[in-house]
Amino acid sequence: MAVITGGNTGKLELPENVFVSKLDELANWCRKNSLWPMPFATACCGIELMATGASKHDLARFGAEVFRFSPRQCDLMIVAGRVVMKMLPVLQRIWLQMHEPKWCISMGACASTGGVFDTYAVVQGIDRFIPVDMYVPGCPPRPEQLIQAIIDLQDKIQREGTITGREFDTAERQRRKRALVEASELLTIDASRNPVIQRELTQIAGRN
Amino acid sequence: MAEPSTHADPSRSDPVLDALAAAVGPIETSTFRGQTRVVIDAERSMESLRLLKEQGFDLLVDVSCVDYLEYKGAKHRYGLVYLLASTATNRRLTVRLFVDDPDPTVQSVVPLWGAANWLEREVWDLFGIRFTGHPDLRRLVMPEAFTAHPLRKDYPLQGRGERHNFPVLTRDDG
Amino acid sequence: MAIAPTEFETRDLPAADGSRSEDYLWTLNFGPQHPATHTTLRLVLKLEGERVVDAMPEMGYLHSGFEKIGEHLTFNQYVTVTDRMNYISPMANNVAWHHAVETLLGIELTPRCRYIRTIIAELARISDHLLCNGAVGLDTGAFTFFLYGFYQREVIYDIFETLCGARFTNSYTRVGGVSQDFTPLVIEKIRSFVKTFPKTLDDMERLLTRNRIFVDRTKGVGVLTKAEAIDGGATGPVARASGVTRDLRRDEPYLAYGELDFQICCASAGDCYARYLVRMQEMRESLRIVADALENLPSGPVNVGIDQRTALPTKQQVYSTIEGTISHFELSMSNRGFEVPCEESYAAIEAPNGELGFYLVGDGGETAYRARCRPPSVLHFALFPHLIRGHTLSDVVAVLGSLNIIAAELDR
Repeated sequence: MAVITGGNTGKLELPENVFVSKLDELANWCRKNSLWPMPFATACCGIELMATGASKHDLARFGAEVFRFSPRQCDLMIVAGRVVMKMLPVLQRIWLQMHEPKWCISMGACASTGGVFDTYAVVQGIDRFIPVDMYVPGCPPRPEQLIQAIIDLQDKIQREGTITGREFDTAERQRRKRALVEASELLTIDASRNPVIQRELTQIAGRN
Repeated sequence: MAEPSTHADPSRSDPVLDALAAAVGPIETSTFRGQTRVVIDAERSMESLRLLKEQGFDLLVDVSCVDYLEYKGAKHRYGLVYLLASTATNRRLTVRLFVDDPDPTVQSVVPLWGAANWLEREVWDLFGIRFTGHPDLRRLVMPEAFTAHPLRKDYPLQGRGERHNFPVLTRDDG
Repeated sequence: MAIAPTEFETRDLPAADGSRSEDYLWTLNFGPQHPATHTTLRLVLKLEGERVVDAMPEMGYLHSGFEKIGEHLTFNQYVTVTDRMNYISPMANNVAWHHAVETLLGIELTPRCRYIRTIIAELARISDHLLCNGAVGLDTGAFTFFLYGFYQREVIYDIFETLCGARFTNSYTRVGGVSQDFTPLVIEKIRSFVKTFPKTLDDMERLLTRNRIFVDRTKGVGVLTKAEAIDGGATGPVARASGVTRDLRRDEPYLAYGELDFQICCASAGDCYARYLVRMQEMRESLRIVADALENLPSGPVNVGIDQRTALPTKQQVYSTIEGTISHFELSMSNRGFEVPCEESYAAIEAPNGELGFYLVGDGGETAYRARCRPPSVLHFALFPHLIRGHTLSDVVAVLGSLNIIAAELDR
């Protein structure tokens, strides 16, 4: 066990194998490398989902191979295939049964938009009824595409995740975005970055 | 539709159809691409189909329906299609009969072929044809609460908005 | 393993006013989202302890209105939708659809096209059976077997991808022909598959066919007698495992089957194990057909000629002959394409799962007036309660797997 010694220098000294990070970062790192997918496989995409997990493509290389069929044990729902009227209540119920933090990948054209099935029975995109984090295009997507989506989702979790799940609070996210837009105007006159102001300042300094 | 020909033509004599004609009266037969079709009377469908089963058509391949609402020159609204086959002789026969609104009803053939059970339920679900004597006539593929019969021609392809009629879950609900 | 059913369990439930109360029965909901169903279907099981007293299957969890779309898409467009019907063997569906369309339109295919379609239909059968038997293995605890099967499916995917650009949803056939001719590379890949596949098949058989656990879990489970199979409308491997010697490839030879030599694989036991054996043997026969058809592949054009005005002419013909130009122009315009008779016809092929047929009604327009699909899965699934009564809960997955029910084909 590493001992962090301050000594009487007043400085924090760390052994070489100890890192200091934010708690958020640590939690995100853990979460992104241990995604447990819940395969909500209804149609053709489900077979490609199987192909992704089976030999040759082998999803295990990316730390997301532990397919769990109980929603209570999963944190990533992969909706593979079209969802129809009779199925949607089931989908919503399973989504509610999953624990936070949870993410959703909408795999394939049918799950994302209804695909070629613009008919009376098919829901035209599951994002109308449940939150979706990642869309995978294709009909069906190749296994490589699904793997890329999972990698991208891992990136997203690492970048945006917070230990309290603030990133899921949509109102909060909107506020942050708006704040960013407003702040961008202020940033342009940031004295330390703005070359014009800097030049002015140096001229003033020269005169003195 | 093909010109119906009454099965009196001796050159196309067929023992099965002869027996059927003898039992239930004159029937319309036609041939297209080597497939024999016969039109029977909806009132006497059970009798006719039982006779055909006794003549060796032991396999019910399919029961389906066609809605002739927009079909040029159609005299009836719904046409039911029974595809029969014989496992011994590999012969096939298409049996058709017509029913009309307002209460399209036909006798169920579940007592003859067990296979008819779900096929008739599907026809009831998608076309709204009632089968009398069916043991369990419920919807097969659409939800129980659904009211329309979607494969009818007066039902639009995109539906009447039923597919949008669900609660929306947000992140806050989970 | 099946527990010898008692008189009560095998057949009738006690009547509502009967002496035995049903209160002690336990109801279990199985599906619609369950890993072992492999598809979206639902079973409500009534259990007495571990034994299934009754099962109530429910479907429709993937009903997407295929038949309704068929009334709005042209004959060539609809092939993309058939891909998504039985999605573990899309090529067989493509062949079935255009076989039915060509029957309605009265088109005679070229010899090369017939052989090509035969080859791809048989490859589709192999990949279907691989997944089906793999899933039975998976559900009864043999995961390695599934991986062996899936690896070979990837090889077949690769062949299809080389052939038509899509590994999975191929949309390969066209009215009067196919979208691409065989290239030497495709032929080479199929040849190497024919050479290497028997070894994998041997390995798979060695893994499972005499495996004690597997045999115990499947033998005597879900028995379907010949009379029940015919009464219930079962076709394909399910019927053949029960002793029904019906195979459309032999009984109504379509494509090139009349010219090829092959056996019909049957069994008489009618249980899950027999269905597994029939599928394993059918893969060997399919491989023979593929090898045979590939070596006898006729030369010549792959699509029907310009005079039939159904398949698009080649670019060479379009640019150098007036007939080709006219034909291309007319086929590309709406309402100038095919001559569709105001008629109705039914045509079926022996799909991997059973008889897959389409009942088409033409009204002179460029789309079908009605495109009824006759799916084998519906009738097989309807047999399920009968097959499972009296067996244990763990047999449910073995029986379901051996029936090979594909939801998209079941519900359409």
